[in-house]
Amino acid sequence: MIQAITTKRRILGCLFALCAMLCLSSCGGIQNSINPAGPQADSLSRLWWLMFVVCTIVFVTVMIALLLALRQRTREPQFASTPILEPQPQQERRRRNAVISAVTITIIIMFFFLIVSFSAGRSLTADLAHKSGLSIELTGHQWWWEVRYQDVDASNIFTTANEIHIPVGVPVTFTLKGGDVIHSFWVPNLAGKKDLIPGKINTIWLQADKPGVYRGQCAEYCGLQHAQMALWVVAEPQDQFNAWRQNQTQTSLTPTTDSQKHGQQVFLTSTCVMCHSINGTPAGSNIGPNLTHVASRNTIAAATLANTRDHLAQWIKDSQSIKPGNKMPQNNLGDSDLQSLLDYLQSLK
Amino acid sequence: MSYKEAQKIQKTTIDDQELAAAMERERKELERTWARPSGVTGWFIDTDHKSVAKRYIVTAFVFFIFGGIEAALMRLQLARPNNHFLSPDQYNQIFTVHGTTMMFLFAVPMMTAMGIYLVPLMIGARDVAFPRLNLYGYFVYLIGGILLYTGFLLNTGPDAGWFAYVPLAGPSYSPGKRVDIWAQMITFTEISALVGAVVIIGSVFKMRAPGMSINRLPLFVWAQVVTSFMIIFAMPAVMLASSFLASDRLIDTHFFNPAEGGDAILYQHLFWFFGHPEVYIIFIPALGFISPIVIAFSRRKIFGYLALVLSLISTGFIGFGLWVHHMFATPIPQMGQSFFTAASMMISIPSGVQIFCWIATLWGGKLHIKTPLLFVLGFFAIFIIGGLTGVMLASVPLDLQIHDTFFVVAHLHYVLIGGSVFPLFGAFYYWFPKWTGRMLSERVGHWNFWLMFVGFNLVFFPMHQLGLNGMPRRVYTYLPETGWATLNLIASIGAFILAAGVLVFIINVFWARRAGEVAGDNPWAADGLEWSTTSPPPNYNFHNIPVVQGRYPLWQATPDAPVVRGLSTTKRETLVTSVLDSQPELKFDIPGPSPWPFCVALATAVTFIAGIFTPWAFLVGAILAGIALTCWFFGDPNYENRTARETGERSQPVSPPRELQPKEV
Repeated sequence: MIQAITTKRRILGCLFALCAMLCLSSCGGIQNSINPAGPQADSLSRLWWLMFVVCTIVFVTVMIALLLALRQRTREPQFASTPILEPQPQQERRRRNAVISAVTITIIIMFFFLIVSFSAGRSLTADLAHKSGLSIELTGHQWWWEVRYQDVDASNIFTTANEIHIPVGVPVTFTLKGGDVIHSFWVPNLAGKKDLIPGKINTIWLQADKPGVYRGQCAEYCGLQHAQMALWVVAEPQDQFNAWRQNQTQTSLTPTTDSQKHGQQVFLTSTCVMCHSINGTPAGSNIGPNLTHVASRNTIAAATLANTRDHLAQWIKDSQSIKPGNKMPQNNLGDSDLQSLLDYLQSLK
Repeated sequence: MSYKEAQKIQKTTIDDQELAAAMERERKELERTWARPSGVTGWFIDTDHKSVAKRYIVTAFVFFIFGGIEAALMRLQLARPNNHFLSPDQYNQIFTVHGTTMMFLFAVPMMTAMGIYLVPLMIGARDVAFPRLNLYGYFVYLIGGILLYTGFLLNTGPDAGWFAYVPLAGPSYSPGKRVDIWAQMITFTEISALVGAVVIIGSVFKMRAPGMSINRLPLFVWAQVVTSFMIIFAMPAVMLASSFLASDRLIDTHFFNPAEGGDAILYQHLFWFFGHPEVYIIFIPALGFISPIVIAFSRRKIFGYLALVLSLISTGFIGFGLWVHHMFATPIPQMGQSFFTAASMMISIPSGVQIFCWIATLWGGKLHIKTPLLFVLGFFAIFIIGGLTGVMLASVPLDLQIHDTFFVVAHLHYVLIGGSVFPLFGAFYYWFPKWTGRMLSERVGHWNFWLMFVGFNLVFFPMHQLGLNGMPRRVYTYLPETGWATLNLIASIGAFILAAGVLVFIINVFWARRAGEVAGDNPWAADGLEWSTTSPPPNYNFHNIPVVQGRYPLWQATPDAPVVRGLSTTKRETLVTSVLDSQPELKFDIPGPSPWPFCVALATAVTFIAGIFTPWAFLVGAILAGIALTCWFFGDPNYENRTARETGERSQPVSPPRELQPKEV
């Protein structure tokens, strides 16, 4: 019996420790589904907590029933007793009623979950058609995100990469496309995930209720650098967003200093131009991210590195040592060429 | 024939001494008839279900260790952020091979193996229905496993995940031979699983001892039958998926290429139509381990036999209606998805029924808390958490947040380790005495359990939190600012405690085989027919095939319990009985040792392995397989009786036709 009690204590102790751990570490985080910053993530987070509480109650109840069963423990050293082939009918009936009630409660809980889940699902997708705030086309590539802001006015359409600015309080519709393999777009603080599938079009909308930066990451295994395919969503007030957008629709700044001019020449005469475009220059390839306003972005290499001069230099010279397998080749530029190129790229605000 | 009639027949008097001598003579003859070929040749031709199953079990356990080592390597890599212990390429290969190994090379074959060993003993048969086919299944599985690991060790291990989604696994994004090795390995394990399923269904339906009508079938056997049917319906889907993938890669078809009108989602449907039942193919046999353990260690009849059987069967059916819950993030209309939400939640009802029935059994029994029962209790604690998180994942909207995160990693390990590996270890402790004649140590067993239980929860419980905190699956590293480091470190520490638990088990096995307490026929005083024969069982399983008198054969056997007489002792003869009532129908010769299953397995291997390099392999392989199959079918069906015939020894039946006379058909 003593051993049974210590066993019980051990199990209960573990349970409490685990619950405490769960509760303590559930707040905060820039990429956290239970730290919601938008209506969708908020409703999902509430659904999570509801299910968590109900399931915890179910689990604890069943465990208590199981632990109480351990009272039937016998101290007989051997398996000497006659097996019970005809249990007392009265007790057996009680057990039958208990099992039937437990099954009934299970069924009721499942129906409850089904209804709650369905209505939560409806709130996420039902009025998709009416969301006309802002429309973005997102294409997944190995291993970066191509972001294209749509507009009825063609001159307002522009393309950027790995950093999505959205106005606070406005629903944003995303059209998701697969560029090569399947990726999945997921910004947990704002909404659930949706896949980007070649040959299919998927849609999702999300909305940020407070300004902030939220990290998102590819959630469908997409090859070698799946781990380093992230993006940032920058939610900002409408006027800031408008200013940003206004800037993004412009062609690139013309280089002013000698070094920047030389840098542009380096860009246009080396391998860079084979994959990248800079609007307003002859560079117009769409294989890699659009660099028209690269200096305005906070990170490079799909949110792997902060956008600093050092990182940019490392990335240009030998991106393979940072993110092995990515599609960018090594560039053996001379030091002065590299510095000029960096001057030029850093001027592309 | 009712067993009352059988009893009457048995009462015919025979002089005791004469009987004992005749019995001894008969036993010797059975020994000779069912003798197993020994030595290296024996290894290739021995069809005895027990030796095939033992090899299956040991092989699958070795793969379990390999998979575990891969898991430990991954945990080392993820122990801290921005770790450089493994390169991304190594990590991707390792997680792919870990998943593939655990699903295809450990879990399914292990469960099949347990069935192949125990089903004939539990139903009172001399061997399985198709012993040579069974041997073939083992070799095909072994070759598939060797293929995967040869590739892995030569840096050609698959790296597109155990699910190998297209287009990533297609020719454009996975050049080289890595994915081909995966696809062909799948083919090998499919064949072996299908063979195992056919063998088990055949044995259970037609070879049960008289009296074991379908309503007396042990719950373990029910679980094996349901699993086998699921295999038969699930495996063709993955066969389609993997052969379409292979032909896309090898002969430029475009089944899954969206640029040429193919469909990437089609692959996911085919794969998960197999992939979800697969989970139940692993889980249902484990439910079959739990019932006999609960019965034996609570020493009472099971509560709700009918409910348990119906739950198993309905799980088998509903298991096929859930696959879309792996695809909620793809563009499928909400109404359609909700159907799968409902089905996914519904399957928790039969699981609930079973858990409640077992707890009710425990409530009304006299519990002997030995190691097997301890593992079953651990199953309850772990599996229920896994089941409840499964209900959460069934909800479309919630799934969109936690799908493809570490939350799913936690869920699937709670379900598969809690639901399958814990009962499996319980089953090892429970049946080890039957397999080897010696007991595993109880004290070491407790250490084994607690290390595994604590280690397991330490690894996987924090992963729930990691998933909610936004950590996606299948990432080889993560940035420090995500705040995932502490929980990952805890998980990595837990992994080594879990591994220590498995190590303790291995030590226990090696110790027990040399010095374990001698078990005797029935160390647990349990009810199943397998405990009525010696430990380990003789090659022919039972001297006399028993006649079953109830659902708990040994507990309900009367002292003058009847047995089946009249089967030849000089031929590998067994009794074929009717499907439902188990009435004797005819006597049937079981084939014995043969070199041809191994040859056909080699031909299969040539076909699929060389097929990775040239389509001509299919032609050559077909010819080779044709030759080997011809020899298999036209070879001497009574190979096994040659010894007896050559020595010219013929024995007289001890007691002429007064036994249970099988009807001639």
